[in-house]
Amino acid sequence: MSASYAHPEVLVNTEWVASHGKDANLRVVEVDVDTKAYDEGHVPGAIAWAWNTQLSDPVVRDILPKPDFEQLMTQSGIGKDTTVVLYGDNNNWFAAWAFWQMKIYGHQDVRIMDGGRKKWLAEGRDMETAATKPTSGAAPYKASEPDLSLRAFLPQVQKAQKSGSAVMIDVRSPQEFTGEILAPPGLPETCQRGGHIPGARSVPWGKACNDDGTFKSSDELQKLYGAEGVSQSKQVIAYCRIGERSSHTWFVLKYLLGLNDVVNYDGSWTEWGNLVGAPVEKGAAKAVGQA
Amino acid sequence: MKPENFSERKVEIDGWEVNLTTYQLGGKWHTKADNVSPGAALARIVADSREAAESRALARAKELLSRTKRHPV
Repeated sequence: MSASYAHPEVLVNTEWVASHGKDANLRVVEVDVDTKAYDEGHVPGAIAWAWNTQLSDPVVRDILPKPDFEQLMTQSGIGKDTTVVLYGDNNNWFAAWAFWQMKIYGHQDVRIMDGGRKKWLAEGRDMETAATKPTSGAAPYKASEPDLSLRAFLPQVQKAQKSGSAVMIDVRSPQEFTGEILAPPGLPETCQRGGHIPGARSVPWGKACNDDGTFKSSDELQKLYGAEGVSQSKQVIAYCRIGERSSHTWFVLKYLLGLNDVVNYDGSWTEWGNLVGAPVEKGAAKAVGQA
Repeated sequence: MKPENFSERKVEIDGWEVNLTTYQLGGKWHTKADNVSPGAALARIVADSREAAESRALARAKELLSRTKRHPV
């Protein structure tokens, strides 16, 4: 018998969203790097969040400050008890970023539509093109203080790298991991050095998904990450280039596999690969356990 | 309205794998070209035919991919 996810309540399927997408006290949000895909057509009743303008601090490199997060929620018609269903393009890549940030600020009921936009399109489900105008909540949203146990900052990563106290999972492509390319193909180079954090394991984020965009089974995920030394006995630090791909892996490890101590290092390679004096390893990963 | 004729296929451009996703919605054809790994969108094109949407998306992807340098490891 196959094992189920540790927290199956954080996933809904496309059929469920088709039936419940316009329920009272439920908000469906399409999240992507920008709103181009949303503007082409989206799940009926869904609103849009753009990573580049709405889910990051526009000045300081950081997640949204608490007041800005609260404002976004209020403007989106989301209250503390609203069920939020996130979905997006590319296997929910940026939806996972929004999920991570909502958990940092303590939103209780946030879920991801398994398979995301791709599965919705492939199934030929209803879409609409007019942007949904959310009605603001009756009361301003009050976020919790940020839960920074879900996030890793540079000093913590440096310490873990030196001591070997955490399993470092690099979720970028193999070519970014080895140092052959300094950014995903077709995108501008955003670091001074290529390679990876010494000792990191390479598990590209997309390996957690099936071809239809849904998440792989618990057994498959356990096998995938277990082979790289991931277990409950050691903290896991996930990183990528700017922290969004690694938020997807963070979601998989924390909510689908149920790891207690997993953090997203959103500074990621654009921080480490630009840092003066930071140790860098090039080439393929060594076998698990090999120094 | 419902999306129709959804398709996905992979092509290679200058040694880079590109994923083309195309569908029809409301009489228009939509194509996205992404770079497979990680899957970042390189182009999103809306056109009157599948051929036009895909060829324009591929052209844009080729332009962007030509700027990617391979470094010795």
